[in-house]
Amino acid sequence: MSARTTDRQQFTGSMRFLHWLMAALVLTMLGIGVAMVASLGDYHRLVSIHRPVGILILILVVIRFVNRRLSSVPPFPATMSPQERFAAHASEVLLYTLLFVEPLVGWGMLSAARYPIVLFGSLRLFPILPHSLMLYAVLRKTHTFLAYLLFLAFVAHFGAILFHTLIVRDGMLSRMAPWRARAR
Amino acid sequence: MAPSGPNQDGKTTNGGGELLSENAPLEKPPAPLSAGDLFARLAGIGVLLLGVVGAFLYLGGWFSPQKLTPARFVDEFERVGGIHSGFRRNHAKGVCVRGFFDSNGQGARLSKAVVFQSGRVPVIGRFSLGGGNPHASDDLSNVRGLGLQFSLPDDEQWRTAMVNLPVFPFKDPQAFYDNLVASQRDPNTHQPDPAKGAAFIASHPETARAIAIIKSHAPSSGFDNTAYNGLNAFRFINADGATTYVRWTLAPVQPYQAAAGASQEKNLLFDGLIASIQQHPLQWHLVLTVAQPGDPTDNATIQWPEGREQVDVGTLTLDSVESDDSSPARDINFDPLVLPAGMAPSGDPLLSARSAIYSQSFTRRAGETKEPSEITPAEVRK
Repeated sequence: MSARTTDRQQFTGSMRFLHWLMAALVLTMLGIGVAMVASLGDYHRLVSIHRPVGILILILVVIRFVNRRLSSVPPFPATMSPQERFAAHASEVLLYTLLFVEPLVGWGMLSAARYPIVLFGSLRLFPILPHSLMLYAVLRKTHTFLAYLLFLAFVAHFGAILFHTLIVRDGMLSRMAPWRARAR
Repeated sequence: MAPSGPNQDGKTTNGGGELLSENAPLEKPPAPLSAGDLFARLAGIGVLLLGVVGAFLYLGGWFSPQKLTPARFVDEFERVGGIHSGFRRNHAKGVCVRGFFDSNGQGARLSKAVVFQSGRVPVIGRFSLGGGNPHASDDLSNVRGLGLQFSLPDDEQWRTAMVNLPVFPFKDPQAFYDNLVASQRDPNTHQPDPAKGAAFIASHPETARAIAIIKSHAPSSGFDNTAYNGLNAFRFINADGATTYVRWTLAPVQPYQAAAGASQEKNLLFDGLIASIQQHPLQWHLVLTVAQPGDPTDNATIQWPEGREQVDVGTLTLDSVESDDSSPARDINFDPLVLPAGMAPSGDPLLSARSAIYSQSFTRRAGETKEPSEITPAEVRK
């Protein structure tokens, strides 16, 4: 079932759709997260969005991972050195891991604090950890740390694609572009 | 970025390269960039990246050090009350209680919340004294608090934190904060500066009016014979989707007794509560006051006019008391916005701020070593 690198130029439509959907959601979540912890008047409204969107990202990243494993992927551009390919691969693993772990830590910390985890209306999630304030304190710090790490990983990802697109000009963006790349 | 699956890295690196050279040659290598063009493009990338980082920091409040945040608010509580390891930053001194709420079903026409359907739900709560010092002497004029958590079926919860004041003295978080700053003790005299307090009142007429109302209600002799008020308005939604604004009060069944002068006894209020609850269960009626159109729902310093409809929706019974040290209530954040379906916040700016600040206090104390509280398990058994 391992993904095949093929002569395709682009990731599949579903992979590109999931990529851009999650990019929008994750950026929104990073903004909401950093804003809500500094907010009094908007705190409740922002938390009420943060919780369900976090769980949506958790679901999407699982779907995306499975989809990724089932699909063939386009090759790296020939312009990339082995070191660059390694860095690209490592950053992809890091991003997938963070997108999976960060919502889980959020869910876990609310569980440890025994906050009801309301998604919307009367739809609630069950707790996944025992009631423990110490556990909550550790996970709460972890949640912030991973959020900053995720933001830095995003900035690196964004910077690398800008570099390839504007300086190297190897068409790397077209592999993931939301539009269909023109046929060779 | 440039994705490659966790298990086919080797393939992409080797096979991919081959495939590329065989099947996917670049159309033609792009012409080299001129030095000026290269510089412009690099600068553009730098601006974009800085913009992203800047937007992130802006949203996080890094460029507005004067902005009132939950952290700055709790810092101020700590400056006034000190940092006491493991304790709430306000209402630090307290004891925990348990009991139940018997709903009579009268509230169901206002809210579809399960708590208002006829029947009994378990309740855990905490009586507390205002202020950040967990070992403060019981001052009868100090604010008394009661936090409650109603445990509804299917793990649904209603939490509320009430006080014995008829109105709240501050209309928004900024006023509350400014009053905290004004009430800080002078390092030399160890007393708050009266001029600062007077200046605060002069610039906050709503606080002056609220204090006049508060002063017209003489404090009772104990925790058991006083009313506790939710103060903020909430939006109730019934089964038909109709919304109503309400405030709630716990009206004591125990008869009111005026506080008798000053007392030297440090734990007067708490010892009184323990003695009283061990004699007989304590009871309060939960009374909803229903707003009329035009009543202020976003300002807890103002009482609603006399004659508003009041609905007695059931009876709270508290029948056991426990030290903070051993009770799970110590680990509950009585966040007023933990609400069941059928209850929602009003536009009162204090509600979201309370939620944010309680959460900040909870997070700080959660990671600290728990020191013994003033009312120890031995004190409760005495």
